[in-house]
Amino acid sequence: MRHQIVSDDLRAPEMAEAVEKCVHCGFCLAACPTYNLLGEEMDSPRGRIYLMKNVLEENLPAAEAQPYIDRCLGCMACVPACPSGVEYGDLLVGYRALQEKQRQRPPLDALARKLICETLPYPRRFRLAALSGKLGKALLPVLPDAFASMLSLLPDKLPPARPLPAVLPAQGERRGKVALLLGCVQQVLAPEISHAAAQVLARNGVEVHMPRQQGCCGSILLHVGEEEQARDIARRNFGCIPADVDAIITTAAGCGSGMKDYELLFKGQADAARAAAFSHRVIDFSAYLARLGLRETTAGFSSQRRVVYQDACHLLHAQSHQSEPRALLNGIANLRLVEIADAGMCCGSAGTYNIDQPEIAAELSRRKVASILAAEPDLVVSGNIGCITQLRQEFARQNLTLPVAHIAEVLLQAAPA
Amino acid sequence: MNRAIYDALETIYPAERILMRDAQLLPYESDALTAFNTKPGAVVIPLNEDEIIATVRLCHELDLPFVARGSGTSLSGGSLPIADGLVIGLNRLNRIKRLDPRQRIAVVEPGVVNLHISQAAQPYGLYYAPDPSSQSICTIGGNIAFNSGGAHCLKYGMTSNHVLGLKVVLADGAVTEFGGESLEGVGIGPDVIGLFIGSEGLFGIALEITVRLMPQPERYRTVLAAYDDLGCAGDAVSMVVASGLLPGAMEIMDRLAIKAAEASVNAGYPDAEALLIVELEGEAPQVEAEFEQLNGIIAESGAFETRVAQSEEERARIWKGRKSAFSAVGRLSPDYIVQDGVVPRSRLGEALLEINALKQNYGLDVANVFHAGDGNLHPLILYDGREPGALRKAEQLAGEILALCVALGGSITGEHGIGMEKRDYMPAMFSEEELDIMQALRRAIDPKEIANRGKMFPGGEAPALALQGMHPLEQQGVISRE
Repeated sequence: MRHQIVSDDLRAPEMAEAVEKCVHCGFCLAACPTYNLLGEEMDSPRGRIYLMKNVLEENLPAAEAQPYIDRCLGCMACVPACPSGVEYGDLLVGYRALQEKQRQRPPLDALARKLICETLPYPRRFRLAALSGKLGKALLPVLPDAFASMLSLLPDKLPPARPLPAVLPAQGERRGKVALLLGCVQQVLAPEISHAAAQVLARNGVEVHMPRQQGCCGSILLHVGEEEQARDIARRNFGCIPADVDAIITTAAGCGSGMKDYELLFKGQADAARAAAFSHRVIDFSAYLARLGLRETTAGFSSQRRVVYQDACHLLHAQSHQSEPRALLNGIANLRLVEIADAGMCCGSAGTYNIDQPEIAAELSRRKVASILAAEPDLVVSGNIGCITQLRQEFARQNLTLPVAHIAEVLLQAAPA
Repeated sequence: MNRAIYDALETIYPAERILMRDAQLLPYESDALTAFNTKPGAVVIPLNEDEIIATVRLCHELDLPFVARGSGTSLSGGSLPIADGLVIGLNRLNRIKRLDPRQRIAVVEPGVVNLHISQAAQPYGLYYAPDPSSQSICTIGGNIAFNSGGAHCLKYGMTSNHVLGLKVVLADGAVTEFGGESLEGVGIGPDVIGLFIGSEGLFGIALEITVRLMPQPERYRTVLAAYDDLGCAGDAVSMVVASGLLPGAMEIMDRLAIKAAEASVNAGYPDAEALLIVELEGEAPQVEAEFEQLNGIIAESGAFETRVAQSEEERARIWKGRKSAFSAVGRLSPDYIVQDGVVPRSRLGEALLEINALKQNYGLDVANVFHAGDGNLHPLILYDGREPGALRKAEQLAGEILALCVALGGSITGEHGIGMEKRDYMPAMFSEEELDIMQALRRAIDPKEIANRGKMFPGGEAPALALQGMHPLEQQGVISRE
């Protein structure tokens, strides 16, 4: 598409290129969850591209376009669907960061957002907040919507904090040396995921480094357009992750895709080269393990289980990991993988989306759960804490007892004793 | 849009389904032909046929021109809005009302996506045959307006061959039904369905469509032949046709189109000047016999490499490359015009040579993708809209290609329609008398010319945009072609 984008923003060339490549053919519409739900052009990828283009060209006030850009899940389903190769993520992330600097939010909205940005990325603070959230739940009926949806996502009780060793040695012959990113929210809500991942890696001959000083990767901040803060927090990890590891392993989809985008995030910064080198070593747990190959055949389950693998958007669309987790699961005896309809549609979790847009998130969850139930599974497996939390919550709401587990936990459970 | 019109719309729609703000209208100002854009006065989103009927009646009463649209994938600007007119967005009418596997029919609403019919019919071993490349998103309503085809219309025909019945609201607000559920139209009078399908939205809006479903072929044989000369690939098509074979599809892509498709979906195509895709389909014994015959022909035709899809995945990959080719050209060039001319298939080689000479004259790149089996060319003219005069030059080349098609005894459109883009070429194909007859027919149905006003006919109140330079409305800034 032709455009007249003139901006001195560092990311303007990438944003302009995305607009330029878009030919408005509409192939993205079929892949877009919000378009499927709302059926209006403004809530489609090409519609949003058109709106962002008009704002960047100064033909449209940003505030008018904002509700439609805010409704984008950032799930990236439109990217593999696009024949013209539009890097929608480059446009969206750049645009959000640019707008966030200028945006005037209503006081309550700003406060809720500040709470998110100042707690979620910091495990200790988040833990504290989650505990005090219990108190907040009693006040639910009188709280504004933004807070209500935040609080409703908190579990009733938190698992105890379980520190991991700084290094877990490889068992048997060493086949690799990696750093494991423990994440922020995941450490508080589901510490068992990192434990399982570290053990599975170690059992397969991988030395796992988990430096204590590590923190959030910044993706959740980037997702909401807080670019500066995202960079600051990401820098802390550059220093503490050993330089000689073969890979930096993530067990959450959004962390992986966010870290792979460091090159753009650090464009023009003094430590751009360092960020790029860091970013190139990032790989998802299942992709790393599938590439390495499991050393021992898993013992498997004692009886037949039907399993649905829930694709996280940021694994499937943003990192193209469709086959790797399935290959790992298919290697487990007595595990039968069943595919669901619309597997590529977001479950509604999408970073902080379930907090910002609770209604759309809830409808997407309902649809996802309906597709899952149609496949009649005994177990749902995912590679992402966001999806896991979202699904558990929707199952609970529907009084279902279907278990949801991280792929690392399943691999650990299926391993020989 | 004035207050009186808005008030009237409010009697039909709740406020949230009347889109009036700039941010709501801008995304509707173009379809898949972005060389044209016009901001409408309002967009309404009906949820049922009563709302559509009430809207059309209102438009008729108020002399308010309207454009009905589905997913906005027209490549000829067929769903371009009218300045200050109304856009009726039909996407939410997306229900398959009935699917009867015994009668092999489906009754659907206009906003149903083409592919969704085949998906719903799949458990019964049935499918909906017309397969435009945009089938994953284009709607049946749009397919009816433009009599859409697709790669497989060579064997099975276009949309008009697959619609048995229509319930429509005509532009004057009258609601009527054509055809029915029977496969045979004998005794129901003239083929009014045939008239309505392909009328580019000038007659009204389809409310309910009864389509026929076909049994899925038992066997496919998909052959990919690579040539180092585009003419040889064209000749191979003539040889297949002359042999008496009727494949389900025969497609050709040239080097530039192959490059785009490869970059886009990594289809694994061989490195070649031209690729020919031939797909045989039907009952297994027949397909196998035809396959043997086809292999002989391809071997004789000078292909330097031949591949046969060994699995459904391989077949899907071959088609994905072909079906993504148009949009994939977006990777090679910031702008392009897709043409849709038809030539008698015996003159395919001649047409390709001429196009090659023309593009050299103009110094522009042209990628060729075409439904070779029925002579439907899709030259994609690549240009950079940022260069002054580039669009104009590309349009001139497009015009010469269309003139060439007509001179060779073909047509200016095979399946994309006239829309906005090719209005000015109508006189190249039709005499003044013929155009007058079409106009008379249109006015008999739509005396106020409110349905998709400005499309298909040259001149009139929404006249020549292309080629003759700036139109007065364009000069005033009412319409624009950026």
